[in-house]
Amino acid sequence: MITRLDARFADLAARGRAGLVTYVMAGDPDRETARAILKGLPAAGADVIEFGMPFTDPMADGPSIQAAGLRALAGGQTLRKTLEDIAWFRQSDAATPIVLMGYYNPIYIYGVDAFLADAKAAGVDGLIVVDLPPEEDSELCLPALKAGLNFIRLATPTTDDKRLPTVLGNTSGFVYYVSITGITGAATPDFGKTAEAVARIKRHTDLPVAVGFGVKNAEHAGAVARGADAVVVGSALIEVLKGSLDAEGRATAGSVAAVTGLVSSIASGVREARKAAE
Amino acid sequence: MNAPLKPNSFRSGPDENGRFGIYGGRFVAETLMPNILELEAAYREARKDPAYLAEMEGHRTHFIGRPSPLYFAERLTNHFGGAKIYLKREELNHTGSHKVNNVLGQILLARRMGKKRIIAETGAGQHGVATATLCARFGLECIVYMGAVDVARQAPNVFRMKMLGATVVPVQSGAKTLKDAMNEALRDWVTNVDTTFYCIGTVAGPHPYPAMVRDFQSVIGEETREQMLEREGRLPDSLIACVGGGSNAIGLFHPFLDEPSVEIYGVEAAGHGLDNLHAASISGGKPGVLHGNRTYLLMDADGQIQEGHSISAGLDYPGIGPEHSWLNDIGRVTYLSATDDEALEAFQLMSKVEGIIPALECAHALAKVGELAPTKPKDHIMVMNLSGRGDKDVPQVAELLGTQL
Repeated sequence: MITRLDARFADLAARGRAGLVTYVMAGDPDRETARAILKGLPAAGADVIEFGMPFTDPMADGPSIQAAGLRALAGGQTLRKTLEDIAWFRQSDAATPIVLMGYYNPIYIYGVDAFLADAKAAGVDGLIVVDLPPEEDSELCLPALKAGLNFIRLATPTTDDKRLPTVLGNTSGFVYYVSITGITGAATPDFGKTAEAVARIKRHTDLPVAVGFGVKNAEHAGAVARGADAVVVGSALIEVLKGSLDAEGRATAGSVAAVTGLVSSIASGVREARKAAE
Repeated sequence: MNAPLKPNSFRSGPDENGRFGIYGGRFVAETLMPNILELEAAYREARKDPAYLAEMEGHRTHFIGRPSPLYFAERLTNHFGGAKIYLKREELNHTGSHKVNNVLGQILLARRMGKKRIIAETGAGQHGVATATLCARFGLECIVYMGAVDVARQAPNVFRMKMLGATVVPVQSGAKTLKDAMNEALRDWVTNVDTTFYCIGTVAGPHPYPAMVRDFQSVIGEETREQMLEREGRLPDSLIACVGGGSNAIGLFHPFLDEPSVEIYGVEAAGHGLDNLHAASISGGKPGVLHGNRTYLLMDADGQIQEGHSISAGLDYPGIGPEHSWLNDIGRVTYLSATDDEALEAFQLMSKVEGIIPALECAHALAKVGELAPTKPKDHIMVMNLSGRGDKDVPQVAELLGTQL
């Protein structure tokens, strides 16, 4: 079965360039603004969209994404609304893959079977659930694969060659390499080392490898793109959105453009990367 | 939902996946998995190593002051007019609570594993103080995460930790209380995974913590059993303890789980009442996944975690250890709850009648002793775990009673 993710990465490979994966939070700072950002991402240069599911206790995320989730929840965002937002997006974009990213509890409470059915119907392509390691695959990973959704796993610098096969076992769509031991939006990694890490992962899998955590601008993105199949940017987008809000934390006329503008800039860094290297 | 099958033993959990029935597990980010597996292996080895156990025994005796007395509370017994009430005096341990039992085990394990940087979360500060104390004793770096709200309301314990050489980090994220302190400790661990040992303070978190912390706390029940046989020549008829995360309770309960004649009661914090703000995960929550394990949690209809509320900062965590969730579902332990007002009344009662100022946490258990004991015959022996002393609560209680210190 070819999913939208498989098709998109095959297309990127055919064009000989790395992809850009953008992370934004559903409902941040309000539902309408988040929808407008979502809709604007593909034209700005996003090849794959990660859509964050807000959670009160995001234990692997830094302050930017934590705050974004709390803004969304304060605005009344729920998992059901997040799925509706994706269905809304799909009315005008049938090609851009969307991956839902977040934590397990809201899905568990929604009900795994109901969630998978509704996510599939809404046009979701894959899931990244941070607190479900391979040891808990029977919870959601295996049912998701059965339902035709990709389950994308995070590999980290602590995932050694012995553990990689366990991590990659039921992974599909792509592998998300977390370039640092740390939380989202933290220190900028040594991008030279990430290329080595990607090469190490590729010795274990044919899946595309996307690299994230610590990518803040076009220059970082370009450096990562030279050695990976895709670059993930998240906290930097959340930060620029936050910077566009008014004193009460509400969206302004410039909020959507602030995010899409940074995406365009980073996308150009990604697209030029391999040309520049040649 | 089908009722879970009764096991042959109530003491055999968790299974190899860290599950007690459906509860427990290892719901953590991939970055932490290698560490958690390493910790599990190190603990499995240590618990069979006579040298490790002997070292722990020595520090229990000479540093903590164990065994703690099993004390016949004669005046409380007469006051309630029913069951014969014994108190397991964990408040007499060095640092003033049962928390030190667990920290000792984990710090000795950290030393075996060569980890020199210790992190911990704390709510009221009892676990933070115990961790800071043992880090001082063994010359280890200690960082304690504490919600900014708790830092403000538990100033004496914050100062104690600093005196002991620990760095106290006020957590500004989320609701700025215990659950956020735990999030922040997990974030630190994800970031400093190679050098750092995370010393969790209760029987929650990813496997192996719930089982490991329980084992370290089981000294409470093992001593109780021995002391009771010596004093009364038989086992107690009932056990009762307060439950937040539930480490003092499981420590008392676990050695008795397979004694069918022993009734067991856990007491959660009902705050302003179960239909209002409270911290009673079992009585007023439902199963979900947080902080590495599946267990009963306080949450809204969308699965977003809610804040616990209790007069006692040590009980206002929105979850409970997974083994308690299982013991509840399977019917081996009965979980009750006591409100803030009931606890405050019991706090004053024990102070006046028995000459012991209990921690507000334990006052919750005493409130239910006051309900259960009068219904029992005079030859019924009831043991309550007095898991902490109340000195830390004196300023708060004074304020609640309208006294200016």
